[in-house]
Amino acid sequence: MRRFLVGMASMSLLLGGCATTSEVNQSRLDLIKERNELVCGVSGKIPGFSFLESDGRYQGIDVDICKAFAAAFVGNPDKVQYRPLTAAERFTAVRTGEVDLLSRNTTVNLSRDSSGGNGLTFAPVIFHDGQGLMVKRNSRINNINGLARKSICVGSGTTTEQNINDAFEAISLPYTPIKYQDLDQVIQGYSQGRCAAMTSDRSQLAAARSSFASPKDHIILEDVLSKEPLAPASLGGDQKLSDAMRWVIYSLISAEEQGITKDNIDEKLKMAKENSQLKPLRRFLGVEGDLGEKLGLDNDFVVKVIRATGNYGEIYDRHLGPDSDVPIPRSLNEIYTKGGVHISPPFN
Amino acid sequence: MRIKRYRGLFIQVIVSTLFISIVALFINNLSVNLLRAGLGLNFSWLFRSAGFALAEHPLPYSPSSSYAWALFMGWLNSLKVISSSLLIATLIGFLVGFASTGTNTLLRILSKLYVTLIRQTPLLLQLMFWYFVGFLSIQGEIFSPIKGMLSLSNQGIILSGINLSPEFSSLLVGLGIFTAAYISEVVRGGINSVPIGQWEAFRSLGLSENDGLYKIIMPQALPAILPGLTSQYLNLAKNSTLAIAVGYADIYAIGDTVITQTGRAIEGFLLLLLSFLLLNLIISNLMELLNKYILTYKQR
Repeated sequence: MRRFLVGMASMSLLLGGCATTSEVNQSRLDLIKERNELVCGVSGKIPGFSFLESDGRYQGIDVDICKAFAAAFVGNPDKVQYRPLTAAERFTAVRTGEVDLLSRNTTVNLSRDSSGGNGLTFAPVIFHDGQGLMVKRNSRINNINGLARKSICVGSGTTTEQNINDAFEAISLPYTPIKYQDLDQVIQGYSQGRCAAMTSDRSQLAAARSSFASPKDHIILEDVLSKEPLAPASLGGDQKLSDAMRWVIYSLISAEEQGITKDNIDEKLKMAKENSQLKPLRRFLGVEGDLGEKLGLDNDFVVKVIRATGNYGEIYDRHLGPDSDVPIPRSLNEIYTKGGVHISPPFN
Repeated sequence: MRIKRYRGLFIQVIVSTLFISIVALFINNLSVNLLRAGLGLNFSWLFRSAGFALAEHPLPYSPSSSYAWALFMGWLNSLKVISSSLLIATLIGFLVGFASTGTNTLLRILSKLYVTLIRQTPLLLQLMFWYFVGFLSIQGEIFSPIKGMLSLSNQGIILSGINLSPEFSSLLVGLGIFTAAYISEVVRGGINSVPIGQWEAFRSLGLSENDGLYKIIMPQALPAILPGLTSQYLNLAKNSTLAIAVGYADIYAIGDTVITQTGRAIEGFLLLLLSFLLLNLIISNLMELLNKYILTYKQR
């Protein structure tokens, strides 16, 4: 009898366990709105992208993207909680729901996007980068062949590790990877002379070099080892959130195409309200139609986004422009009318 | 009496049922959620080629080797650093332990200082110190007493032709010195547990301090030292996962890379858990054998 009771008790507990794991089909976007705050996964260690400033605030292009999302989702660009994540932690953090989304210089590739891989979904690319190599100027190394049999400092858990390997396999030369967990340690290992070269995305190399005592003693080699399109990411299978993210990014690009800036947004809004014949502008700014509503956002989400961060070009110039601490030429990152690759589909 | 016995049994049954149900609940939760996310446990990726190079590998390895082989190399690297720093830690730990219970005041103060300093600072910080400040900032060879036999430079330690990388060396030194501080306290505790009368007894027999320590005190102290020693060894094995901070390719560092490349986090962590379980089972079983040997030796 006792055994039977015990058996019943454990069975009911097991069944209870099953019941608690039943499907809850709520979009993360609704959760963000309910919480009235966006939890954004960032790096926090890359000047120009996301960097913890001395006043305790995060700054950078990735951070401004978080602000744009928060402005669109909850109507306030300051309602963001930033979570600094290492390269290796970031996907698990999205998977487990510790963060709503990543805006953390993450390269888009097939494995990460697919349901059989990391199971993420990517928003449009916000920065086109490429992997490079940095060496000391006096080392007389001027291309990748000069690094044969040398040790190279690399961060673990990134595509960089795979790319450097592919590059050396392609020229059939051996090398020694010294693998660290963090970019900080990679930089330290390189500057202390453990490795002949360090490898990372060229934007990160530029940022690292800007922090060295004498940046001129280091050169970034011409070899570009890979395409690194960096994009925000969220958990796959949540169309509502991924669509909203996609069109917030497009709104930044589209605003630049149309010349709408943080300074003239109110003027443009007034213009749209007064002139009923400006159909595309009225739709874009939510004066007419229900584009925002279709995404589960307010119809005037574009206005809120541009008020918060300005358009894509403004964000870029603020953090990576010629007057910033980490100047990187725009080249590929121009909008398509100026020879770059950023283009927004129509807001129809 | 009978009722009392049954009550005890009843409580045991309740507690173990609860325990088993909770474990079952977790496993059920995991498998249901995995299936829902389209991610049933799958280990076939283990045999695909890894596609990353390793700086150190005790057996032949190339980027075209499988993930399983890469993980095994990591496990061997872990085993290598654990077993060698275990030796160093034991050696230093016992010496410091003797010094702190000995009659020499200077040695006693020095060993006290060492234990305090090492135990009050985090291990991660110490490892970074040994690596970035200790090894990498060496200019040229600073220490080379016998040409070609032993040398110390920012390329690591060269010991009679064997080249130890700076990553391995700093981990070896860092883990060894850190664990030695704890071991010395275990040894001190063991020695202090031997009644003071035993000291007086061997002194009155005319045995020297050293002879007395080795022949009279240590055989009685060892049974008290061994359990503490075992848990310090296990701690050392687990602390070796901090290797990734100084760029050493241990099982955790390689597991990290494998998980990000394959996206198989749960399988990867399960394998990591299993490999540490295996490492620690080896250590604790060996210590168990040693314990038995010492106990039977004492009885003879």
